[in-house]
Amino acid sequence: MSLLSVTDLAIHFGGVKAVDGVSFDVEEGEVFTIVGPNGAGKSTIFNLISRFYQPTHGKILFAGEDITQTPAHHIAELGIARTFQNIELFDHSTVLQNLLVGGHTKRRASWVEDVLHLPRSRNNEREARRAVEEVIDFLDLAAYRDKMIAGLPYGVRKVVEIARALASDPKLILLDEPASGLSVEETADMAFWIEDMQKDLGLTVLMVEHDMSLVSAVSDRVLAVAEGKPLSMGTSAEVQSDPKVIEAYLGTAA
Amino acid sequence: MKVHFKASYDDDIRLFEDRARLLKYAVLLGLMCALPFVVSDYLTGEITLVLIWCIAGMGLMILAGHTGQVSLGHAAFLAMGAFSNLWFMEQGIPFLLALPMAAIFTGVVGAIIALPILRLSGIYLAIATIALSIIVEDVAIIAEPYTGGVMGVFAPPIEIFGTMIDRYGTPKLFYFLCLVCTVLVTLAYANLLRSATGRSFLAVRDSEVSARALGVNVTRTKALAFGLSCAVTGLAGGLYAHFVQIVNYESFLILISITMVLQVVIGGLGSIHGAFFGAIVVGLLPQGIAIVRDFLQGTAGIDISAYPGLDTAVFAAIIIVFIVYEPQGLYGFYRKVKAQWELFPLARRDMFKRSKSYLKTERMR
Repeated sequence: MSLLSVTDLAIHFGGVKAVDGVSFDVEEGEVFTIVGPNGAGKSTIFNLISRFYQPTHGKILFAGEDITQTPAHHIAELGIARTFQNIELFDHSTVLQNLLVGGHTKRRASWVEDVLHLPRSRNNEREARRAVEEVIDFLDLAAYRDKMIAGLPYGVRKVVEIARALASDPKLILLDEPASGLSVEETADMAFWIEDMQKDLGLTVLMVEHDMSLVSAVSDRVLAVAEGKPLSMGTSAEVQSDPKVIEAYLGTAA
Repeated sequence: MKVHFKASYDDDIRLFEDRARLLKYAVLLGLMCALPFVVSDYLTGEITLVLIWCIAGMGLMILAGHTGQVSLGHAAFLAMGAFSNLWFMEQGIPFLLALPMAAIFTGVVGAIIALPILRLSGIYLAIATIALSIIVEDVAIIAEPYTGGVMGVFAPPIEIFGTMIDRYGTPKLFYFLCLVCTVLVTLAYANLLRSATGRSFLAVRDSEVSARALGVNVTRTKALAFGLSCAVTGLAGGLYAHFVQIVNYESFLILISITMVLQVVIGGLGSIHGAFFGAIVVGLLPQGIAIVRDFLQGTAGIDISAYPGLDTAVFAAIIIVFIVYEPQGLYGFYRKVKAQWELFPLARRDMFKRSKSYLKTERMR
């Protein structure tokens, strides 16, 4: 059984068919990448899986469970974490606090216990901090632990966002353009981290990315979409040489 | 600059990061306890009012400073706390029970009101909360059996375990009552901030969309923040009723709501300290203006008592100065000065310059 199974997914905004009949399966432990020109509907697919959008039709199964009606704030608890194309960190908090929010679904104390700081609340905090330290260690963020997000360079913010997603202890992580705005070196680092997530943490990675060097380096399978419709699926090399994909990016020969 | 070596997670969780800080707050508390025996009863009364403002300010700070939801109508909840506290006491419920009951009542009402209101954001939320303040002014007149109508309600004397506390009769005891309430609310607030619940408030303030993706129920979190905010404000309202002795619809005009917003902005949004700094300014400014007025009249021979709107104008001037020069408020200013001092002479001029924020996802709001 596939970890994530998307069947005939579509969302229409009025007359705009942002996503129109996309189907794919992501197997457990693989790195699956969605590529496509701007406006192809890649991020929209992510927002559909995160349940920010309600699909017009189609089905999303996660670990065999239909999540097409699940509210967005229950998705993290199921084991799907995500990052955002334009970095959505909590700017006026420290890196540590950001990552601790990542562990939000693991909390057991109610707000009353939190206000009174009862033992369960304190244990929550200890447990959350222990989990977060593992992520900080994994992504090498120790130097930034107590820094405010607002003062961090862009490249570090990208990593912090991934760290925050990892702090929720997901099974599937959705990376929305992890390499956008990164330097060549930082992109190479990103490739290593994605590999580590797959190999060391046993995560399944679903990624949207434009940087073909990163895509080729880490992806097991690639799906190309254009104008909301699937074009081609296969290994990175297969997809890149598919005439339909080349046409979508470059247009037809005159 | 001090570096804190943390050897366990508890080092990071505890309220005071080191002994020195704990000592500082202990000294402050000691000074506050000694204060009424040093200064006159009149001044004790004024400081009591500052403490009540501190509590009210913390109430609004939870919402505006930590959850990012502006309320321009918090005087409504001050009124709810005041009237309900007095009504409970009229029913024969002792003060020690009536006060928390008033806070809980206000909190529950606030949370219920929050559900529709917090669907709005920004300027629309501001308008809706102003409307709330206006509605409560009218309700305070209409609901005569509970609020005494236009006449208002007299606050009965407080009795705690046989000790009578009266704002004028025993101003010191009333001061200590307010001090205890302030300390308890501050502790609860600090606890909130170091917990998952408090962090979910911050998350909602800074990015609703990623809060949701991380499993924070945004609607519930906002309602909880509004409820807690109203409960604390209601508590302040209950104490305020006993401070002014008689409350009617005029005690909670919309100007009070605006003053509360000024308080948290002047103090510094997003910190407990900010509520306190703001309360000191808001609570003592009228006194300060009176002193300046007397001084001008006595020494310089200039009579400014003919300008009744003066304190409002000074308030307005102060808020403009703060928004332009110190958006972080007094507490932000204090932190800057402190950092400059600690780093002297290595502080850089641009150290506190706001880094420009990167593009935020606008599509999914």
